[in-house]
Amino acid sequence: MDKLSLLIWIPVATMIVIGFFKEPKKVRVIAAIGMAVQLTYIVYLLFAFFAERNAGNTDEMLFVTDLVWYESLNIHYAVGVDGVSMSLILLTGIVIFTGVFASWEITDRAQEFFITLILLATGVFGFFISLDLFTMFLFYEVAVIPMYLLIGIWGSGPKEYSAMKLTLMLMGASAFLLVGILGIYFHSAPDGGELTFNFIEISKISIPKDAQMFFFPMTFVGFGVLAALYPFHTWSPDGHASAPTAVSMLHAGVLMKLGGYGALRIAVMLMPEAAQSMAWFFIILATIGSVYGALGAIAQKDLKYINAYSSVSHLGLILFASLMFNQVAYEGAVLQMISHGLITALFFALIGMIYGRTHTRNIYEMGGLMKVMPILGVAYMIAGFASLGLPGLSAFVAEMTIFVGAFQNPDMFTRVATVLVISSIVVTAVYILRAAAIMLYGPLKDKRFAALPDARWYDKVAVFILIGAIAGMGMFPGWLGNMIFDDLTPMFSRFIAG
Amino acid sequence: MQTELYSSVVWILVLLFGAFLVVGMFGDRLKARASGAISTLAILAGAVISYATAWSYFFNDGMIDGKYQMFIPFQMEWLRFADTMAINLGIMIDPISVMMLVVVTTVSSMVHIYSFGYMKGEDGFERYYSFLSLFSFSMLGLVLATNLFQMYIFWELVGVSSYLLIGFYYQKPSAVAASKKAFIVTRFADLGFLIGILALSYYTRTFDFVDLLTGSEAAITGMAGQTFMGLSVLTWVLVLIFMGGAGKSAMFPLHIWLPDAMEGPTPVSALIHAATMVVAGVYLVARLFGIYVMDSTALAVVAFIGAFTSLFAALIAVTQNDIKRVLAFSTISQIGYMMLALGVSGYGGEDGLGFTASMFHLFTHAMFKALLFLGAGAVIHAVHSNFMTEMGGLRKYLPFTHITFLIAALAISGIPPFAGFFSKDEILAAAWAANPLYFWTEWFVAGLTAFYMFRLYFTVFWGENRNYEHKPHESPASMLFALVFLALASAVVGFIPFSHYVTSDGFPFETHLHMNIAIPSIAVAVVGIAIAAWMYMRPGKIADRMASSMPGFYRLSVNKFYIDELYLWVTHNIIFKGISWPIAWFDRHVVDGSMNGIAWVTRQTSEKIKRLQSGKFQHYGYAMILGAVAFVLLVLYWNA
Repeated sequence: MDKLSLLIWIPVATMIVIGFFKEPKKVRVIAAIGMAVQLTYIVYLLFAFFAERNAGNTDEMLFVTDLVWYESLNIHYAVGVDGVSMSLILLTGIVIFTGVFASWEITDRAQEFFITLILLATGVFGFFISLDLFTMFLFYEVAVIPMYLLIGIWGSGPKEYSAMKLTLMLMGASAFLLVGILGIYFHSAPDGGELTFNFIEISKISIPKDAQMFFFPMTFVGFGVLAALYPFHTWSPDGHASAPTAVSMLHAGVLMKLGGYGALRIAVMLMPEAAQSMAWFFIILATIGSVYGALGAIAQKDLKYINAYSSVSHLGLILFASLMFNQVAYEGAVLQMISHGLITALFFALIGMIYGRTHTRNIYEMGGLMKVMPILGVAYMIAGFASLGLPGLSAFVAEMTIFVGAFQNPDMFTRVATVLVISSIVVTAVYILRAAAIMLYGPLKDKRFAALPDARWYDKVAVFILIGAIAGMGMFPGWLGNMIFDDLTPMFSRFIAG
Repeated sequence: MQTELYSSVVWILVLLFGAFLVVGMFGDRLKARASGAISTLAILAGAVISYATAWSYFFNDGMIDGKYQMFIPFQMEWLRFADTMAINLGIMIDPISVMMLVVVTTVSSMVHIYSFGYMKGEDGFERYYSFLSLFSFSMLGLVLATNLFQMYIFWELVGVSSYLLIGFYYQKPSAVAASKKAFIVTRFADLGFLIGILALSYYTRTFDFVDLLTGSEAAITGMAGQTFMGLSVLTWVLVLIFMGGAGKSAMFPLHIWLPDAMEGPTPVSALIHAATMVVAGVYLVARLFGIYVMDSTALAVVAFIGAFTSLFAALIAVTQNDIKRVLAFSTISQIGYMMLALGVSGYGGEDGLGFTASMFHLFTHAMFKALLFLGAGAVIHAVHSNFMTEMGGLRKYLPFTHITFLIAALAISGIPPFAGFFSKDEILAAAWAANPLYFWTEWFVAGLTAFYMFRLYFTVFWGENRNYEHKPHESPASMLFALVFLALASAVVGFIPFSHYVTSDGFPFETHLHMNIAIPSIAVAVVGIAIAAWMYMRPGKIADRMASSMPGFYRLSVNKFYIDELYLWVTHNIIFKGISWPIAWFDRHVVDGSMNGIAWVTRQTSEKIKRLQSGKFQHYGYAMILGAVAFVLLVLYWNA
């Protein structure tokens, strides 16, 4: 078996084993073991990847396997990774592993829950290793559908409404996406010859400009909806608010990054001419998204809504960076995907833990919780500091890379947009510190909360691993940044030449 | 060059960060005193290395060919942007960084020792010490930065340490609000700093100070040649960077966070909000001084803001009642002096007197202002109140505090031979040379300074003898040690011939006392003290009568010219109610509403359409016939 397919088979095997057990206590242990194996394997893969690169292997994609799947349409099961996808796979591995621990207290239909959750993660892993647009799309759908079930069954609040809304909007987006992908496919051989879905191959040819002008917006919007592109972001606050903890973590932490990854790697990179001529429009949307999301977050009362709007703002940065046509900004976009993935996963994990204790997510009903649950409180502050871009934590690295890259565009329009986007980090400080001040500090508001327990061991596993990853990335960003930057080079050089 | 000694400066940072981590993570399992001891030992070790470095740099090998050099004994790449730029982390050894190294480690060590007594028995003692270590680490990282981005990184970290320490009493709503305010106001200012860095590096292709100051003349001249909205790009960049400095150094109109920051424990105010972090803005301008002198407009902005702030804050300080707030406004005013001195300075030799004066005043101010705060802490510790109206006659109860406080008050008022006199003299001389208007402003402020400081002194230590509920007691030895140490420093550091060591271009020059400046400045200080003595030394109603004779000014001053209210109004009514709330509403009702609207239309349409599929054969027959007829008609019409 090839190296990368194992990333799919390990979760599948875990799901099968879970199928034999009913008791929540056993199911969660199996899920944890399975995801621990997966994470260990990813780390091994990362070292193998570095070994290959250090040995001088400059292939664009490593560990490539290419099997014909459906010959008449030239659909392949083609997998491979480069620095970009490898780093996102690592992110996914961390988030799903910690997500299992954040779901430790789920007892209602635990077997089905963990199977569906891991199925979702499987789709994400498949998406990131795919080199073939068709299978990529397939895995994308594998990741979206379980979301409907997870929110609709294990969610809270108006969960059916939220689940339906989320799924319909994402499905609507995939309709655009499918048109976009088929459009790319049918123009993948402008000089005759066989059509292909392999995006590495497609990036080497140039799609006719008029076709780009039609299919680029389709693809960009299709992926953009998933990355909360303004004004198609409204599924996200409702969806997050109703989703169970681990689902929010995976969703905001990883699934939304599929959108960013696709927008950058498929839409922009394969159709650069259209991207360049339409950039102004999407730059406006992304800028609005990042400023508007941050301002909108100030007015929220519900912790999950705060974080959902914060995600709109931070993902706006990713979309913004993907339209900067600058390799440093692209590196920043990928770093931001990883950083935001970790931070938002930590946030949602903590929100879930706090909600599990106080049974409210309204910040005005809390107050003084720091005294009661210092570990969770401190962790929340760390997540907050990370989110507002404190140096030493991951978001600083990502944001500064984006800003430095974006600032290299000399035209006034981009400059103004860049300055606006940078100004969103001040607003971020406002909503983060405001929520923390109301919820954690001050005198204890509700006497019933005085006896609430602090983090349990499984909470600590999730929280400490995520904090470790955030601080690790924030303090030692060099290797990650270089790995991403170097592997963007081949595609970027073709992109500039084309 | 003693490379090994200089690179050992890295160990200061490692030790302090280590102390932060150890005390922060395991502090609750250690005894409180052990936590404090770990942090204190780390900073004391840092102080020893700093003194050794300073000795070696200034007296042995810092000077090559008559000029103090910039050394970079340690540097590593942290984050690379493409092939052209990178953020490095390293250590810069040059006159101002070595001077700051001494200032920060000295004051920080004293505050660590003092806090053993002051914070004894406080809940969160180990948290306090871990934050102190974090702050000292960040401040030294800022001071030693080899490049602008490193400075920005540690700039943010001192900001967060300040936030954590202001909000140390986190169950107290006013402390929480103050910490939030401090962070957000300085963050807003840092936005300017960041954009300035990005724009500067866009033209110069580097963040490194050495490259910026020695190898980028062409790029910088190019920036001076381009205009944007009526000003040169260079002016814009320097003013934006200065905005960051003005935020940290609490210059008008970004000063509003500093008085509120007094909610933090008093030793923290001494360390962060008097001696070290708040002068970071001055340090930033000094660090980039070689670039600032290339743009007279930016420098004029620095001078004007400095002068205005020093006057403005002094006018507020004369009426405040909270002992720490008087000192806070005094700090703002004194930093205004330093900024002004930089703003009026030239470059090289005696033209750079303003630069030297600014750094000298930074140095002396750190000693006597830390002492004032620590003395105020001792008073607060004794009477359990911040308010001067609840104090009086304390010289009998607190003899050591009284004498040390008096020394500090004389120093800040500019009475020889105490430290402040010498540094203020140089600033006034530089101001006189640049613009007599600045001189007279600062001369007047010097009088105000003497007045408000002795108003404080007489009210607290003389004035009315009160019947205290608990008899005030002198502080424990740890606190007195710090007071005495800093009092000695405040008495003697003025005699350091600063222009031999710290100059704008690295070449030492000779300076002397300016008699034509010194005499009027001593005179005005004496007058200020005399008025304060007349009004406050004995209990009486003179002060009240004075206040009621100038009701307009009194009200403005007591209310800090209503700047806070203005900010509050803007944030509340414009940002929150005017922008944020409407956005949240718009998002829920318009954006999301239209998405739900689409769903609703789809559902309604399908409700209507589904009737068509009735399953009845006749209906389908009708539809077929109608369709066929319509088709035939259409074809006929088309052909006709």
